[in-house]
Amino acid sequence: MNETSAPHIPQTPPRFSATFDPYTVAEIQRAAATGIYDIRGGGSKRKLPHFDDLLFLGASVSRYPLEGYRERCGTDVILGTRFAKKPIHLKIPVTIAGMSFGSLSANAKEALGRGATAAGTSTTTGDGGMTPEERGHSETLIYQYLPSRYGMNLADLRKADAIEVVIGQGAKPGGGGMLLGQKISPRVAQMRNLPEGIDQRSACRHPDWTGPDDLEIKILELRELTNWEKPIYIKVGASRPYYDVTLAIKAGADVVVLDGMQGGTAATQEVFIEHVGIPILAAIRPAVQALQDLGLHRKVQLIVSGGIRTGADVAKALALGADAVAIGTAALIALGDNAPELESEYKKLGTTAGAYDDWHEGRDPAGITTQDDKLAARLDPVKAGHRLANYLSVLTLEAQAIARACGKSHLHNLEPEDLVALNIEAAAMAQVPLAGTSWIPGKTTGF
Amino acid sequence: MSTAVKLAEPGAIIFDLASAELRDLNGTLQGLDLTTNQTSWAVLNPRGEHAIAVGITTPVNVTIDGHVGYYCGGMNDGANIIIKGNAGPGVGENMMSGSIHVLGDASQAAGATAHGGLLIIDGNATARCGISMKGIDIVVKGNVGHMSAFMAQSGNLVVLGDAGEALGDSLYEARLFVRGKVASLGADCEEKPFTDEDKTILADLLKKAGSDAAVADFKRYGSARTLYHFHVDNAGAY
Repeated sequence: MNETSAPHIPQTPPRFSATFDPYTVAEIQRAAATGIYDIRGGGSKRKLPHFDDLLFLGASVSRYPLEGYRERCGTDVILGTRFAKKPIHLKIPVTIAGMSFGSLSANAKEALGRGATAAGTSTTTGDGGMTPEERGHSETLIYQYLPSRYGMNLADLRKADAIEVVIGQGAKPGGGGMLLGQKISPRVAQMRNLPEGIDQRSACRHPDWTGPDDLEIKILELRELTNWEKPIYIKVGASRPYYDVTLAIKAGADVVVLDGMQGGTAATQEVFIEHVGIPILAAIRPAVQALQDLGLHRKVQLIVSGGIRTGADVAKALALGADAVAIGTAALIALGDNAPELESEYKKLGTTAGAYDDWHEGRDPAGITTQDDKLAARLDPVKAGHRLANYLSVLTLEAQAIARACGKSHLHNLEPEDLVALNIEAAAMAQVPLAGTSWIPGKTTGF
Repeated sequence: MSTAVKLAEPGAIIFDLASAELRDLNGTLQGLDLTTNQTSWAVLNPRGEHAIAVGITTPVNVTIDGHVGYYCGGMNDGANIIIKGNAGPGVGENMMSGSIHVLGDASQAAGATAHGGLLIIDGNATARCGISMKGIDIVVKGNVGHMSAFMAQSGNLVVLGDAGEALGDSLYEARLFVRGKVASLGADCEEKPFTDEDKTILADLLKKAGSDAAVADFKRYGSARTLYHFHVDNAGAY
């Protein structure tokens, strides 16, 4: 019998389903084991059409650039010029988004105030009220007026520099919130007038008004309470931006804040974060269109947020028509969230630096999203504030570098004409031409 | 005008909103300091205007001669306000201290989110009376509408008449006292034992509201506290 070697049959590697990918399989297994949906912090993590899909054209023969490091490129912004007696003048168009004391530690809130103040911009309270640390270290502080009205009181309202009526946020348009009991410390409980240690829900609707007609009257009350001095912002999660911005303006907003689905939350269902709302890239142009249709673009200011990371993002948002941007997740990262030096502790929590998002559990090793005194003490508010100021400076310098290359003497002079899109989706959403063509899907025909 | 002047307390400074601006009224009242001798104010011809007498921080007396719109006495912090008429939505919203007395009926969300003070409604209050209340005392001599005391955190709601559906839904630590019928209780709201402390609180509030209703005729409701920690087994309760 002749020995013959068996023919070599190449083996294919294990193939994962694109539909039932490993994460999806693990989520089904987790759901089957627990019977409860997954809750996490942060914003959408999936790949979405974003500012990365846009490019600036820069100057050449037909455009004249400004000299980098030499010629002036302004960065300031005035917010609240429509009705408020005391509009806010910021040095840079990058603000700090609303985040609560409760979801964040007092040191983190202080650090945000310190960093924002050093950079010449504003920071914002959140659900839970205003802390003395935050007010004391924030030259310009925006006071959020939320459905829960936790910690809301007249004295703090009058200490604020502006009032932001929160209708929704990008991570969860139409949703309320839940701060789990482990973060309801004695101080948080006292500020919110709730028993310690219980799971605390934040309502999804305001208790004393319904719809834009009522909102107009609510804004009248807020103005009467504060001598018509303070700019009134209205914050909406991006879902129907044209109509929401139109109604916000009709209700009397001085400033509209528009938050895309990449914007973070302290805690919400994963399914909500990933499947409700639209990316900020798709929301800016309809919002600007609403302002333009009412003849109020640049008169009612537009702040956009949700996934702002770089000066390029800032410049692109402004070029699309925003007056300023807000950052939340990026600001927390600048403070020290998800720092690689904490990797061993993230591993103990079953995650890794860069992916940690269980902000609702209060076990943040960086001392930011926690009410645990020992963990919170790890965050030095002075050093963290300095890091945030550095980061804000970089965002501004990067945006200026791009604006100068486009020949703009102020960031607000950037315009859609400076942009092209890398793919059809982004071209349609941002309403700028597909690169190398003059085609704007839905707007123009042909190349 | 002459009738209204007669209704005002002697010595009261009169603001006639038929001619005066709302901003002048509120600006004046908000600008008073604690040492003011001018403690009596009257508002004529409110004609349903919104945000009347909001944000006052001194213990002055303000009498409003007629019906008011939304948010009358909003964020009040010390004034004693009498509304000789009906009140629109959100009367006394987020009140910190002081008192508001509505001689007529009140629309929805009366006393919403208020932290302190006393709100008396001689007539009925409609939906969501005391929603998210945070320490206020509310006495309604008539009925309250559905979802009253929704997510009420603390304070006391006294209803001499009937309560609509879903009373005290998702209640925290507020106490609810109802003399009449309750159409239904909301999620996690239950009848509680009527303790001596409850009786003392209720008797005091009835006295302050000028009511001779008998404490023994009321039932006391509060939170069952089963939803204080989210658990999937309770999902059906929401």
